[in-house]
Amino acid sequence: MIVELGHFALVLALVVAAVQTTVPLWGARRNDVRLLLVAAPAALAQLALLAVAFAALTTAYVTSDFSVANVWSNSHSAKPLIYKISGVWGNHEGSMLLWVLILALFGGLVAVFGNNLPLRLRSTVLAVQGSIGLAFLMFMVATSNPFLRIYPVPLDGQGLNPVLQDPALAFHPPFLYAGYVGFSTAFSFAIAALLEGRTDAAWARWVRPWTLTAWMFLTVGVAMGSWWAYYELGWGGWWFWDPVENASFMPWLAGTALLHSALVMEKREALKVWTILLAILTFSLSLIGTFLVRSGVLSSVHAFAVDPQRGVVILGILIVFIGGALALFSARAGELRRGGLFAPISREGSLVLNNILLATATGTVLVGTLYPLALEAVTGEKISVGAPYFNSTFGPLMVPLLLAIPFGPMLAWKRGDMRAVVERLFFAIAAAALAGALAFALFHRGPWLAPFGIALGVWVVAGALSEIATRTRIGRVPLSETLRRFASLPRSAHGTWVAHAGVGIMVIGIVATSAWQEEVVLTMKPGERAHIGGYDLVMTGTMPVTGPNYTELVGRFDVTRGGAAVTELLPAKRLYDAPNTPTTEAAIHVSWRGDLYTVLGDEQQGGGWAVRLYFNPLVRFIWLGAIIMFLGGALSLSDRRLRVGAPRPAKRPPVAQPAE
Amino acid sequence: MTRKQRRATFIAAAVAILGVALALVLVALRDTITYFRTPSDIAAKPLPAGQRFRLGGLVADGSVKRGEGAEVQFAVTDTLQNIVVVYRGILPDLFREGQGVVTEGRLEADGRFRADSVLAKHDENYMPPEVAKALKEKGVSLGKGAKHSGSEPAKAPSAAPEPREPKRP
Repeated sequence: MIVELGHFALVLALVVAAVQTTVPLWGARRNDVRLLLVAAPAALAQLALLAVAFAALTTAYVTSDFSVANVWSNSHSAKPLIYKISGVWGNHEGSMLLWVLILALFGGLVAVFGNNLPLRLRSTVLAVQGSIGLAFLMFMVATSNPFLRIYPVPLDGQGLNPVLQDPALAFHPPFLYAGYVGFSTAFSFAIAALLEGRTDAAWARWVRPWTLTAWMFLTVGVAMGSWWAYYELGWGGWWFWDPVENASFMPWLAGTALLHSALVMEKREALKVWTILLAILTFSLSLIGTFLVRSGVLSSVHAFAVDPQRGVVILGILIVFIGGALALFSARAGELRRGGLFAPISREGSLVLNNILLATATGTVLVGTLYPLALEAVTGEKISVGAPYFNSTFGPLMVPLLLAIPFGPMLAWKRGDMRAVVERLFFAIAAAALAGALAFALFHRGPWLAPFGIALGVWVVAGALSEIATRTRIGRVPLSETLRRFASLPRSAHGTWVAHAGVGIMVIGIVATSAWQEEVVLTMKPGERAHIGGYDLVMTGTMPVTGPNYTELVGRFDVTRGGAAVTELLPAKRLYDAPNTPTTEAAIHVSWRGDLYTVLGDEQQGGGWAVRLYFNPLVRFIWLGAIIMFLGGALSLSDRRLRVGAPRPAKRPPVAQPAE
Repeated sequence: MTRKQRRATFIAAAVAILGVALALVLVALRDTITYFRTPSDIAAKPLPAGQRFRLGGLVADGSVKRGEGAEVQFAVTDTLQNIVVVYRGILPDLFREGQGVVTEGRLEADGRFRADSVLAKHDENYMPPEVAKALKEKGVSLGKGAKHSGSEPAKAPSAAPEPREPKRP
């Protein structure tokens, strides 16, 4: 019954999406307010219906209703509750439902908080948002319906793929989708602006918080995915430049560029055309990502069995939306008013540089991801493009970007004074040089570029600190005055330096762990020793363990450092009951210096066990940096000027007024 | 500076960066890509000695030998030709005889393939698209119905609509 209710709600949501798409657009054409007013309630109704559908599917999972095909093939009665819930989006149909739910959620947010937007703009935005929902709901109902029943009802389910039974991966998809799909709002705003033929600073002020929200979720989503791959797959790496990873990384890069160009547009009314194009491209990359992951056209280490039929449909949706948006852009972009003037050396100039570099870097990732497809289509030659390609294209493009980051926020709008900025950054230059020299002196191993990379990371962090030091005039005025200045700075200014510091910390982590990772593969028998990263390991034995829905064989390793006991590590080979699948459970000892990472392999014919040990220096900095970037985004989002919510619009100046 | 000059500055910067990026991409695509080959491809047309490539096919039944130390040896087959692969390290969880596999490395002088990575998949029903396509071209039937001695029997109830659904969220 509940399942039928969910099914019904899903189909009804499709109908409502059709209304949400067509009626407001018709209203905008005829200038009929009554028709325009349909948009907001329709968006809320769509959200409510999809929430009902999602709740129904979740109920089916929680109660293990195996008469639903989707539940049967992805769940099992003996699974822990959290994985029953996360199983809802641990498969194609359920994750599609989550996708459209989040899409409707963003539409609903525009409907609720958009009271102070001009009615025409709000309704057009919601109509565009509705059209995306319409396309994907049609796709779901036609090819990927999660509510189909099977008869006779199986006794138990097939279970969720064990590598997905993991806390990080339980929450990875919701965050990732909130990021991916969140860019749909910027896309809808861009299309609405093109349809209306006008944009202003108010438009940019609206786009920026939505972009920022999506960007924050995507940052956490991508970082979670990388963290999961790091500890769950047992390969000791955190990023593999795999097509599926790139699919989530490209929208992040483009979204980062969009975030910065929207800033120029909001503050200076410049870069309008570019910002609109970027908003279209960012969401297009999200759609391309959805397509790449679900169609199975690319060979990926993260790929799962897929149905190519679905890929064709998503490809169709992709062509309609991306092609349509770009066609509209080329037809209408010329009508947009040109914005303010600025010198090359200025805040705007630095943000333009940021955009050029990020867009180019996105392009290189896109080329590397799609080249195997293109080459095979043209010549039939099967190739793969791996990490070496990305290291030698994406890497060099990041160097000027990282060098430029500390300059950007220090330069004045319109025309900056480079010399004054260099003077203010003296501390950061010194800190970076010192860090590079130290790294060079301490580590003789590893590539010669590594100390430079460390210096680059320290430069970005120190640059961020210099920025806040300059703004609060620390050391030049009494401490109380500094604190007063610190407190009275707008939150968005704090967001900038915090997020930039996060970038620097991440760079330090990436460079250190890539350049100085240690790896040992050996066979160990109980009583034998190994040495890595300053740690001594002794294998003390193995023991069988029975978990809630698995059995495992655990290897026991006593870890000491300089004779002092550190910890006992228990890497395991796990065999899940349903589905009957083996997984590797790495055991990791975490410290500030780095991670000691142990993997237990197969028993060898000559006795003993294959064991793989890694020492990953400063690897935690990567995710720490991502969290700090997220916090920077959150600070910026909480800025009063950017606050999305407008509970009492009457108390606020109408947003339609041009800024400044 | 006039508007025109400013615009020219930005365009020049953008063109310069794009030019550098293009050069990097072209060089990298020439030097860093790895070709995919099946054992029959290698038998018919060997690659230059020492060149890295990806070798794909099925793990031949009964070919897995765990040797001394952490070394593992197995044969990759496309049912027409075999190549013996030597790998030092831990095999992926879903590595099984009769299942599709992609390994990356170089051919050694003795004709064995020394792999430095054996690609893992998260899903037991997943077949790397290159492998599936290459095997299909060679007339080897694969897919949901194809069973090899290494794979487990399906546990699906008889009335089930299809064996398993995609897992990627």
